Amino acid sequence: MTNKEIFEQLLPIVKTYLPDDVDATQINLDSDLTKELNINSAHLVDVVLDVEDAFDVEFTNEDMEQLRTINDTIAIIQKKQNT
Amino acid sequence: MKHSEIIAQLPYKAPFLFVDSLEQVHKDGVVGTYQFKEDSYFYEGHFKNNPITPGVLLTECMAQIGVVSLGLFLIQKEAKGNIDITLKPRIAMSNTTIDFYASVSPGESVTVKSEKIYYRFGKLRCKVSMMSSQQELIAKGTIDGMIVKQIIQ
Repeated sequence: MTNKEIFEQLLPIVKTYLPDDVDATQINLDSDLTKELNINSAHLVDVVLDVEDAFDVEFTNEDMEQLRTINDTIAIIQKKQNT
Repeated sequence: MKHSEIIAQLPYKAPFLFVDSLEQVHKDGVVGTYQFKEDSYFYEGHFKNNPITPGVLLTECMAQIGVVSLGLFLIQKEAKGNIDITLKPRIAMSNTTIDFYASVSPGESVTVKSEKIYYRFGKLRCKVSMMSSQQELIAKGTIDGMIVKQIIQ
């Protein structure tokens, strides 16, 4: 999958867990999921579990520790799909 | 880990400890009991001249038995063989979705049963139900907890 394709599939997942005070138009590749998009740590786990289902990949604890932005998420998915 | 050790590790005490005993504790779930004491202070106000256990306290009881007790057990299990026990875990409730079916009167005993749905990346999601001593369903739903490890100073 291209990064663009991954982003398009990732977007609705992230939107599901976006708090009311954050507008979905604010989501871009560099958005920090917790600091900027205000997704709490519990919902960050939900995002990852949904990503695992949607992309048929499995995240490790190390992946989770590295995950900060939308770009990080795409990079991890890309890496998993290519191995 | 013995069941009594788990209760001793719970970060609550009276009047906010809502666990009397744990009957089963294993990696996929837990069963525990609590008796709501007849002379508890909150019955004076909930409700006026009509004492009924507040739903938030039923939820609290379900969380203490179903998520926190199970969470402590799972953390200990994970740490097995790991000598570093300076991490003192805290478990924060992150979501509850509970439906209530019957009320609990002062002095009633309840049994809480919890089944682990998943435990990943420090998040524990459980399907939790509360039954009366007559096996009547009082409440059921899902409760999530986040495990936050803190270093003991």
